[in-house]
Amino acid sequence: MTVRAEETLTIFQKGSPGRRAFVAPEFDVPEATDALPRRFRRAEPPRLPEVSEPELVRHYVRLSKKNFDLDSGFYPLGSCTMKHNPRLHERVAALPGHARLHPLQDPARAQGALELMWNLERALAEVAGLPHVSLQPSAGSHGELAGVLLTKAYHADRGEPHRVKVLTPDTAHGTNPATVTMAGLEVVKVATNDDGGVDLDDLRAKAGDDTACLMLTNPNTLGVFDANIEEIASIVHRAGGTLYYDGANTNAVMGISRPGDMGFDIVHFNLHKSFTQPHGGGGPGSGPIAVSDRIEPFLMNPRIARSDEGVFDLVSDHAKSIGRLRGFQGNYGTFVRSYAYIRSLGAEGLKDASETAVLNANYLLARLRQLGVAEHLPLAFGELCMHEFVLSGGPMKRELKIRTLDLAKRLLDHGYHPPTVYFPLLVDEALLIEPTETETRETLDAFAEALAEILREAADDPTVAQNAPYSTPVRRLDEAGAAKRPVLRQAL
Amino acid sequence: MSRYTAVTSEDLRAMLDAIGVGSVEELFDRQIPVSVRLGRALDLPAGMAEQDVYAHLDDLARRNVSVEDEISFLGAGMYDHYVPALIDMLMSRSEFLTPYTPYQPEVSQGNLQVMFEYQTAISELTALPVSNASVYEGPSAVASAGYLARLANGRSRFVASAGLHPHSLDTLRTYAEGFGAEVVEVGLRDGATDLDAWADACAGDDVGAVFVQQPNVLGAVEDVEALMASKPDGAVGIAAYDPIPLGILKPPGECGVDVCVGEGQPLGNRLDFGGPSFGFFAATEAYLRRMPGRIAGETTDIDGKRGFVLTLQTREQHIRREKATSNICTAQALNALGGVVYLAWLGRQGIVDLGELLLARTDYARRTLTALDGVEALHDQPVVREFALRLDAPVGRVIERCAAEGVNPGLALSRIGLDDDGLLVAITERRSRADIDRLADVLGAAVAAERQAVAA
Repeated sequence: MTVRAEETLTIFQKGSPGRRAFVAPEFDVPEATDALPRRFRRAEPPRLPEVSEPELVRHYVRLSKKNFDLDSGFYPLGSCTMKHNPRLHERVAALPGHARLHPLQDPARAQGALELMWNLERALAEVAGLPHVSLQPSAGSHGELAGVLLTKAYHADRGEPHRVKVLTPDTAHGTNPATVTMAGLEVVKVATNDDGGVDLDDLRAKAGDDTACLMLTNPNTLGVFDANIEEIASIVHRAGGTLYYDGANTNAVMGISRPGDMGFDIVHFNLHKSFTQPHGGGGPGSGPIAVSDRIEPFLMNPRIARSDEGVFDLVSDHAKSIGRLRGFQGNYGTFVRSYAYIRSLGAEGLKDASETAVLNANYLLARLRQLGVAEHLPLAFGELCMHEFVLSGGPMKRELKIRTLDLAKRLLDHGYHPPTVYFPLLVDEALLIEPTETETRETLDAFAEALAEILREAADDPTVAQNAPYSTPVRRLDEAGAAKRPVLRQAL
Repeated sequence: MSRYTAVTSEDLRAMLDAIGVGSVEELFDRQIPVSVRLGRALDLPAGMAEQDVYAHLDDLARRNVSVEDEISFLGAGMYDHYVPALIDMLMSRSEFLTPYTPYQPEVSQGNLQVMFEYQTAISELTALPVSNASVYEGPSAVASAGYLARLANGRSRFVASAGLHPHSLDTLRTYAEGFGAEVVEVGLRDGATDLDAWADACAGDDVGAVFVQQPNVLGAVEDVEALMASKPDGAVGIAAYDPIPLGILKPPGECGVDVCVGEGQPLGNRLDFGGPSFGFFAATEAYLRRMPGRIAGETTDIDGKRGFVLTLQTREQHIRREKATSNICTAQALNALGGVVYLAWLGRQGIVDLGELLLARTDYARRTLTALDGVEALHDQPVVREFALRLDAPVGRVIERCAAEGVNPGLALSRIGLDDDGLLVAITERRSRADIDRLADVLGAAVAAERQAVAA
């Protein structure tokens, strides 16, 4: 067998019958085979791999090397906030008192964990400008579900269950409309104006007696801070709806502007974005929510309470609570990391992070203009941006005959992870670029040069980008074929 | 400039010049109305040096009693299994820890192949043909399976065994309140789902899904086949399984289960006070296109080389938006990596050996503890790794007495809203016969002392 073929074998295709990495501890009690009646027994063991420990280690270390990762290179994936993940956080999260604490330990003997969660709640409440926090949701989309269910409970409690419409801008993340449907409410799309913000006339026309809430991301997915935010809040409040703030883009405004002060009732944070929980190749995440006084009675169980003597407890006796959204207390390991981050940076450091994120994004945009890249890839909205910006690849496609997808794939050959592509949907051939605050000026310069180089190359010969990448472990993959004839597991 | 940013004053001047603004403030002044600017510093403590943050987090950690600090028999959904060293090594590798979701498959083959292998392992374990790449965790996986059923058949009544973990039942109710379904609970009889009451509740063509847990929250092995046999036509049979005993327990795919979900923490993941872990989600072919979450599939590149991609994405929120089968976009990729490496580490024979060892130790522990005065079995059903006791003494006080001796005897069932006099005892391979004997000594003494206190 050639080395090349072996490279793509799965762990199920390696090893040999009888090999093992696990040796059970001593069988120190009497056999009890009869304790499980035959009718409940498995006839054949599951066909798990049969490999030694060295084979196992080599297999997964080799696989790891086929991944692009943030520790190795620039990852300007828009809307994902790929900022540096400090190793300190991994060290403290692995301390046995955190990592090996059972979730059902008596709260009296988990005081350190509850204090940490309490402190994190207070810090997030301050960043949000909203007084009450639940850390329970497992991800941003889970926080959204919490927010919409809370809104529904709030209206039902007020005797207004007919409020079923959720207003969402057409620039929203796909999770927003998906969440609304899951919560049994209806999506009403609101148009975007020429500045990339909410179309106020359209909002006024659609807000009314049946409005449950408005879900808004600000700055939005176009990298635009909606300057009409107070008017938007006032329109929805007058109509009797609540305001939900998708905090995916919090990294632009920490210590600068707060959703609570803008009139929002509910905000979710993505700890894996603004607060450095490593993304792990697509999870784990964490989506705590902060809410206003009027939403507070409906928050999920359990909640953390602190007595006058400073003793912490978990409390589940809130009569109007919507209940639980998951088991136990949420993704505590992510709380440890994000809390460590907040304590490392402090008030000043968080503000500096947002300021630098916005500075870096605007600088990268300016460099692209200086290098002439913007002629083919113009900024979709506005002049400046917040922490990320959207370019349109429309002119590039027409003039240079390469699509945004081709540009993205060619960037891989230059050693960069591409930006988010084809989102937001309303921009033709969109590229959403978010450099984050932790990148150096040299990195931004080099990335701008790489984009310019790819455009120069395309002007010469578009087929180079059209067939890229060339240097990656595999080249362009047949995604349509994968969906048409799904092969979702190793055949054995 | 903090230790995670790099803008020197020279950089700043050059960057502002390039942008064409005079200051960073101007960037904000031109974009955010003054009326919604904070205008003061956040009321948070000042930042700290790395070593001071470490010291603070270490201090908080020391105020928790972990499973390293006592002999713990806590379980009820998360278990203190041994996590092999190679999993720590792999999960902390930059290449697995720091990428995003594999949107660019050409540079994510490691991650995607891990998902494919994970799906294979879960499919083998459950004897169901398709698995997704993981969801958040156990109880929300149960609720997500309910949403799948609601979308699949549109019916609005769910029948759920009281043997489900109360966190799963609560989560299911919260979700069902949203998407519009009523949850009817069927009680237990001698520790297992009451089959007659179950059959009655399952009658009727408005039943959209039925839910059981294996083993159930009291540790009892349920007759899943019999429970699934009562399921009306067209209803979705959903079961939450503990993955660890599946080396010896008949798998859900052979018991008539349509969708099998569960908490993945026991598979190579840390306790972490409840998360992050992962939820697994496997199903029959019929429900493939209604599954939530990410799914990896095999394909080839333009040179014909084998590769892997995220697939069947037309189910998902970023394409289907309000018509998506779920709002989930986060899998638990890193935790699922721990899961598949753990299963490969255990291997085909290892998962059987582990299951038999737990079965025997659980049997030994149950016999030893129920021989104590004032301690009896809460039910007589078969158990494989966890069992419930009834104490003739206040459970909370007994636990306190044991804890003072360095033994955590298990969970007071009242902590999860169940029997006031119940104690749930979990066994893992980390609890030896000597540990169990120690528990018997300490528990026996604690119960005796409490009974004496009452008598006095």
